[in-house]
Amino acid sequence: MAGWSKHTGRALALAVDNIDTDQLIPARFMSVPRSDGYGGYLLHDMRRNADEELHPDFPLNRHEDISILVAGQNFGSGSSREAAVYALVDAGIRAVIAPSFGDIFANNAINNGLLPARVSNSTHERLIQTLTDAPAELSVDLPEGRFTLEGRTEKFELDEGWRVKLINGWDDIDLTQQHAQTIRAHRHHRSQTAPWAWPALCE
Amino acid sequence: MTAPRTMLDKLWASHEVLRRDDGVSLLWVDRHLVHEGSHHAFAKLAERGLHVAEPDLTFAVVDHYAPTRDRGRISDPKIARMIQTLRNNAARHNLRIFDLDDPTQGIVHVVGPELGLTLPGLLINCGDSHTSTHGAFGALAFGIGATEVAHVLATQTVWQRKPKAMRITLNGQLGPGVSAKDIALNWIAMLGTGGAQGHAVEYAGQTVRDLSMEGRMTLCNLSIEGGARFGMVAPDEVTFAYLENREHAPNGPDFEAACRTWQKLTTDEGAVFNSDVALDASGIAPTVTWGTSPEQALPVSASIPNPDVMDPAKANAARDALDYMGLAAGRALDGIPVDQVFIGSCTNGRIEDLREAALVLSGRGAKVPGLVSPGSARVKAQAEAEGLDRVFTDAGLEWAASGCSMCVGMNGDLVGEGKRCASSTNRNFRGRQGRGARTHLMSPAMVAAAAVTGTITDVRPFLQGRAA
Repeated sequence: MAGWSKHTGRALALAVDNIDTDQLIPARFMSVPRSDGYGGYLLHDMRRNADEELHPDFPLNRHEDISILVAGQNFGSGSSREAAVYALVDAGIRAVIAPSFGDIFANNAINNGLLPARVSNSTHERLIQTLTDAPAELSVDLPEGRFTLEGRTEKFELDEGWRVKLINGWDDIDLTQQHAQTIRAHRHHRSQTAPWAWPALCE
Repeated sequence: MTAPRTMLDKLWASHEVLRRDDGVSLLWVDRHLVHEGSHHAFAKLAERGLHVAEPDLTFAVVDHYAPTRDRGRISDPKIARMIQTLRNNAARHNLRIFDLDDPTQGIVHVVGPELGLTLPGLLINCGDSHTSTHGAFGALAFGIGATEVAHVLATQTVWQRKPKAMRITLNGQLGPGVSAKDIALNWIAMLGTGGAQGHAVEYAGQTVRDLSMEGRMTLCNLSIEGGARFGMVAPDEVTFAYLENREHAPNGPDFEAACRTWQKLTTDEGAVFNSDVALDASGIAPTVTWGTSPEQALPVSASIPNPDVMDPAKANAARDALDYMGLAAGRALDGIPVDQVFIGSCTNGRIEDLREAALVLSGRGAKVPGLVSPGSARVKAQAEAEGLDRVFTDAGLEWAASGCSMCVGMNGDLVGEGKRCASSTNRNFRGRQGRGARTHLMSPAMVAAAAVTGTITDVRPFLQGRAA
């Protein structure tokens, strides 16, 4: 995964609270291999009617080349399905700005280079107002933890560990393998102090 | 003298391999449960040519796509492929798989406890948000995404920042017809679906001590619907009695020794929580959801709230929800007609749940169609030994095989567009049970009452004269 520090793109307001993972990607699309791409499933049932036609007035259908979403409270609440993040990333989204995120969703986002930027309610309201009529260009500065929209710069919150990981594009498995010896030692210690932690084999 | 510690502190400390400068911990994973949906993670492993680090601690379960009927011939090629992919991955990595024809197959969060794979003091991961269920045993159990699943497969560890500690204390005796499901819907309605975000919730108090393991699992299962990735209950005699003689639990003197260790997991007197909430359980009534978020829940005797007089922050969501649900403000919940019912899921598909539903349905007929899918093959066999299957089928409901089924619809068990379903499941999200489906969450007993009347209704009159 490639790391990134700065991104400038078109930001769209999607002023809906509690956009859960089942809305981000309905379960019926989740058997598709990732290589097929998940972008077309993003918010599928909000964007399309039962005949698969796009709702012309849904914000994401009215504008193209959007890479930043400004969403409502509790974005990505619900299931652990990483496919919710794949749908966003494959549709070209690089950052979601919201007052709060589902815990597992935010974790999954970081693992795919997607920024879940948390902002205060007042900042959120200003952003939504600015973007009410049309998308606008927004610049994200990851190392500084801030973004700029129409000349106004605001801060966002992000776990420090996550910030470093996004910037460096680190892969956790590579990082962890450097600690193989420490892990082996822990395993040994646990097998001595908590032998019950290994399943009794009955077969 | 060490400072008093919470159960979370103790569980965290015993699994922490190391802690980075930024405060993120690398944790040892005692059990890793995978299912068909883990295909992305296995693909990542294959891309890098990696093997499963600890096959003996990794268990594969067919549940999300498990057909509940005609298991011999799966007609949908997508479903067949998902199940076959799990089989292939389990075979390649030498994992124990609980396949469709296995007498212990079932939903991963039902099977783990049932077989004693779930134990106090363990760290348990699964690529499913309802992994918090296992916390009912005093385990550190949480759902993870596909990248993390791949990481656990490859290293048997997971990176995690320690969550804040929250305690929900429940005292007071539950009324008749009121269950753990009602407790959960009430605290979520009170604190909101984001109310416990960033926290691990420990459920404490006499009401929790009085719950069976099944009830505790229901309570912990729904933690994520209030935003908490972790839910937990301190292990006690109820826990130990449940686990004794389970096939993968320690046995004989090992079990006795383990119990002595597990008793020490309890939160120390005087330990401090970041957030402490108390609830009087005796005031809780049978509860149902009216909207598209689990926090949109009310006692069955209530009427649907008017968004115009609600907290403005919640009003728009309520309007949208009522529009989707086809309901009007002011309407009494009791009496809303339903098209169908569903009993099952990792939330409420255990034997006790089926007994509670059967108690209501015994000798009565269902006015609407419905599906009953036991949480595991073992629950199914037990229910059949007790004659519960006959109660359901005599009432006119369908008795099917075990899996996630209509909770998430991946196996094709769907609620039709615009149809209203009284459901013992965990999410009333838009489209969760099928595109346009309208879900009302409630306890299995309440679902049974809805089946009898064809409407949402208070279960309590149906329990009069019937011993629970």
